[in-house]
Amino acid sequence: MAIRERLSGNEAVAYAIKQVNPDVMPAFPITPSTEIPQYVANYIANGEIDTEFIHVESEHSAMSATVGASAAGARAVTATSSCGMALMWEELYVAASNRLPIVLALVNRALSGPININADHSDSMGARDSGWIQIYAESNQEVYDNYIQAFPIAEDKRVHLPVMVCQDGFITSHGVENILLVEDDKVKDFVGEYEPEHYLLNAGERMAIGPYAVSNYYMETKRAQRQAMIDARAVILEVADRFEKMTGRRYSFFEEYRMEDAEYAVVIIGSAAGTCKAAIDEIRETTGKKVGLVKIRVFRPFPEEEIAAALSGVKAVAVMDRSEMFAATSGPLGAEVRAAMYQAHGTADVVNYFYGLGGRDITVSDFKAVYDRLETIARTHVVTDMYEYIGLRSAQSEEV
Amino acid sequence: MKDTVEIRWHGRGGQGAKTAALLLADVAFKTGKYVQGFPEYGPERMGAPITAYNRISSSPITVHSNIYEPDYVVVVDESLLDSIDVTKGLNPAGAVIINSTRSKEEIEEHLHGYQGAVYMVDAKEISIKALGKNYPNSPMLAATVAVSDVMEREEFLTEMRASFQHKFAKKPEVIDGNMMALEMAFDAAQARGR
Repeated sequence: MAIRERLSGNEAVAYAIKQVNPDVMPAFPITPSTEIPQYVANYIANGEIDTEFIHVESEHSAMSATVGASAAGARAVTATSSCGMALMWEELYVAASNRLPIVLALVNRALSGPININADHSDSMGARDSGWIQIYAESNQEVYDNYIQAFPIAEDKRVHLPVMVCQDGFITSHGVENILLVEDDKVKDFVGEYEPEHYLLNAGERMAIGPYAVSNYYMETKRAQRQAMIDARAVILEVADRFEKMTGRRYSFFEEYRMEDAEYAVVIIGSAAGTCKAAIDEIRETTGKKVGLVKIRVFRPFPEEEIAAALSGVKAVAVMDRSEMFAATSGPLGAEVRAAMYQAHGTADVVNYFYGLGGRDITVSDFKAVYDRLETIARTHVVTDMYEYIGLRSAQSEEV
Repeated sequence: MKDTVEIRWHGRGGQGAKTAALLLADVAFKTGKYVQGFPEYGPERMGAPITAYNRISSSPITVHSNIYEPDYVVVVDESLLDSIDVTKGLNPAGAVIINSTRSKEEIEEHLHGYQGAVYMVDAKEISIKALGKNYPNSPMLAATVAVSDVMEREEFLTEMRASFQHKFAKKPEVIDGNMMALEMAFDAAQARGR
């Protein structure tokens, strides 16, 4: 029987870490990191788990120590957020290119400046090219479930890539919600023992990790990383199937909500998807309009063919980004979705929205306005701006 | 009770409004509800205005936005009435619950014509009587449960005692005082409707 609980997103991840009992967790113990290392440190101090906790002097060191531990052959994890993630930047690439199956719990928050601590996807979207698998969550339940699934994905011999398990800062990380926890023994069975094939502390197999690679080798290494990312797709689905057998909760690359007959679709990542679902239920009930949602769970590897197929029957699509990339045409999610649809000769009109930057709230009414806009776009085939904003005040506005 | 009850808390950093919202989520969860309890963070500092929210429902809740049309508003610090329109969007069939010793007439000047029920709770007096210190959040929590009717008195008190026994495992001497504060505020709020 599942355990009925109510936890914040931070507590949920810390609880999952307790159940997994990883070998090593280096973490920077204060802001901008999260409450996650604090809760884990409590579990360790209370003797509930025997994870080696390493207090480091910076987030750069947190990821360096995690890389070192993972290379040595340990199951190594860390947690961070926002500017802490930015300080890990160099090491993120080291982790991925050395094929270290690290699991990073990331609480998505804005990057400076202006200084802001609230929900925003700038931190992980900036790291989308670092070679990490990225999995996002709508709710506390999902971030807990994703965290447990991250280990068998990362450690699979076909993959051997680090995984970033992302959730929205404050909205889920500090929000308390109902959650169903899996029993300890089932989680332990699910993630299994980590048995690395090649590792530094294996006296019987001498090896170097992270050496210099001249131009003659660098490109092949990148191609090999790409192959791992491609192969991860099957593994992600296999792990999701196994998870469904254990819990009854189904996961895939993305969730389709009321898309069977949808004419207007929103594509979004994270906690706002739940708000969008409420808008969809209300619109369908009151107007009968066929509106639906595609909620991205796995952003790396990006499921381009599946997304294009999911959107193939709709008239208009709003892709919603919670981070800027200062490009001419779209945000990071917008660019991926547009490219996927273009490749598949998609016919729907597409508009890209920026919303929720720096924690700006997005409501059920905002989503209703988006669906209204999609209806107009589908009728006129005119997208005046490649991207639009939700809740942005104009320079003339008096409102604060 | 409608399917989802939405509550907005106004307080100042350090007064425990966020903790009260999380406690309410906790106790409602224990009675079998689906709950949300979450803070809205501004600059984090003692004394700054903070807002916290609750959704309590008999079915799963997916909405992750703040609450703009609450059924109940709780004001833990009445000095906020000068700077914040606390009844903004408040359901006229709901209520505002204010920690204050002022008369209803004085308070109503700050309520922008709100037509619904107004409850005043002297949380400071209750807290000092029961605990010897001014911790307004426990009395305001009890008053909120009494006014919003999200659960029965005895159910609430039983679950709160269990929560306190867990929370104050290392200082059990404060449990009775906290329970007394809850009971006093619950009964005072029930007796003092509009």
